[in-house]
Amino acid sequence: MVQTAESVKLDIDHIKEMATQIRRDVIRMIAGVGSGHPGGALGAAEIFALLYGGVLRVDPRKLKDPHRDRFVLSNGHICAAFYSALSLKGFLPREELNTFRRINSRLQGHPARVKLPDLVETSSGPLGQGFSVANGIALALKLDGSRGRVYSLVGDGEIQEGQVWEALMTAAQHRLGNLTLIVSYNGLQIDGEVRKIKNLMPLKAKFESFGWECVETDGHDVVALYQALTEPAGGNPMSTDKPRAILAHTVMGKGVPFMENKAVWHGTCPTPAQAEEALLAIGKAKGFEDYPALSNPDLSTRKGGKR
Amino acid sequence: MIFEKPAPIRDGFGNALLELGEKDPRVVVLTADLSEAIRVHWFAEKFPHRFFQMGIAESDMVGTAAGLAVAGKIPFVTTFAAFATSLANTPVRVSVAYNQANVKIATSHGGVCVGGDGATHQSIEDIALMRVLPGMTIVVPCDANEAYRATLAAAEYEGPLYLRLGRIATPILTKAHTPFKIGKAQVLAQGNDLAIIACGAMVGFALEAAQLLDKKGLRVRVINMHTVKPLDHSAVLKAAQECGALVTMEEHSIIGGLGSAVTELVAEKYPVPVERVGIRDVFGESGEPHEILEKYGLTTKDLVKACKRALKRKEPK
Repeated sequence: MVQTAESVKLDIDHIKEMATQIRRDVIRMIAGVGSGHPGGALGAAEIFALLYGGVLRVDPRKLKDPHRDRFVLSNGHICAAFYSALSLKGFLPREELNTFRRINSRLQGHPARVKLPDLVETSSGPLGQGFSVANGIALALKLDGSRGRVYSLVGDGEIQEGQVWEALMTAAQHRLGNLTLIVSYNGLQIDGEVRKIKNLMPLKAKFESFGWECVETDGHDVVALYQALTEPAGGNPMSTDKPRAILAHTVMGKGVPFMENKAVWHGTCPTPAQAEEALLAIGKAKGFEDYPALSNPDLSTRKGGKR
Repeated sequence: MIFEKPAPIRDGFGNALLELGEKDPRVVVLTADLSEAIRVHWFAEKFPHRFFQMGIAESDMVGTAAGLAVAGKIPFVTTFAAFATSLANTPVRVSVAYNQANVKIATSHGGVCVGGDGATHQSIEDIALMRVLPGMTIVVPCDANEAYRATLAAAEYEGPLYLRLGRIATPILTKAHTPFKIGKAQVLAQGNDLAIIACGAMVGFALEAAQLLDKKGLRVRVINMHTVKPLDHSAVLKAAQECGALVTMEEHSIIGGLGSAVTELVAEKYPVPVERVGIRDVFGESGEPHEILEKYGLTTKDLVKACKRALKRKEPK
């Protein structure tokens, strides 16, 4: 079937522009504070734009809705893109992005549930942790008969963690058909190429042999990715008992030519000049604005979270 | 539920879970291939849809429990103490403690009384590992009745909680009506010459030691410190002020557990001599529980000796 914007009923242009704005935000946030993880965040811009721009059934005015979808970021270091997407969809004030990684901020260097209890399902950072938590949420939703679906994002390097394989077995064993695991599959980790460090291939066959449905797609093609996120591989309804994995092929540093496919940009902050160059390369996002300077002093000193 | 005869502490836990299953649909139980060893098989039979067998995968079990808690359940994760606190330490730290997730980590085989299994299965550091985690509550019941009440209290308590259950059958020291409140120590014997502060299976030894010393005209206070964290500061400081010397006893390393908690508190607030009875920075070994307790200095005799040392160090009034 030919995949077109019409066939997926999605405002493709809006998603693309949103991804561009996420990339701009990521560069500005990280360069602004002087530290962070740009590579994976840039690579996951379309994933976040699609999740918060059309896939997740979530509403900033109904944060307690028991039937809402849940998102669990397992590779917490790429949270700049996560915070950006939240701010673009009304879950966070845009200007709060200025506080990223700064003292008293709710926007910790790795997502912290205690700081944002309604938006961060679980704190993540040490890799391999969030996926198990996503399974637990999916189990609870099944027990409660919730219509909500759980989406979790992991990096491919993260899959080297043993706990991920435990979680893969758990999801299949407990028939978590309400779970979608997205792999940002960029082939790189801090020390270099995944296949040279601890090879994961053939990854799709591994997922399938563990009892998962698995599709591979281009993680930057918003139409293909939307299709993968919303329709099971065999065209079956979403009521299948099998958990579902999407291997989304992404490019670390996507959108910034000097960062693309370079492992060093996993966790390196661009210099001010490099940030300028990056923003030029990314370009402006139609229909979106860069986040403004901090005008609400409360945001820079707030303690955040309920407890 | 009342135990009259000596019973394994975990039996109190297993029975309490049955009651909780009836009472609160939010209670769910997870285990890592040890359902009978920690007495959750009764819950599993009665509430199969709220029981999750997670296989030999403790880290994933703890993470999954955190997810269940985030989504509103009250999960009890169950395995041996060494596996929950050491093997699964990262998910306990990040997904449970840092998240302030309402997970109850209930373990059997805390301490050295696991018998033949040896050092790998004897958890002598679990209390220390849990105690350093911000926001973690630690409860160590002394008998099956207290385990029963502690389990009910744990389900009512909002937040991460570590429930340490010993393996061997212990004498029944508390009654069904003995009040149990997390964080509130119980004085089981009155006295002002010395105070013994103990937890878990060691509380029985403390009462025995107090009786032996009573025959020599010494009135020893016995405090059942079932909650190691948050420590009952007022009970400890009151004992320090009124008795002038303290002895702690735990089936755990003297580093990082109850002895450390008591010592740290009195050193800052009201310095008095403290003697700590516990495992002295060594791993355990195989053997019958009574042989191990004897070899590693965890008997009533060892406790009486420590009491005498403490009394000697005590400043004359």
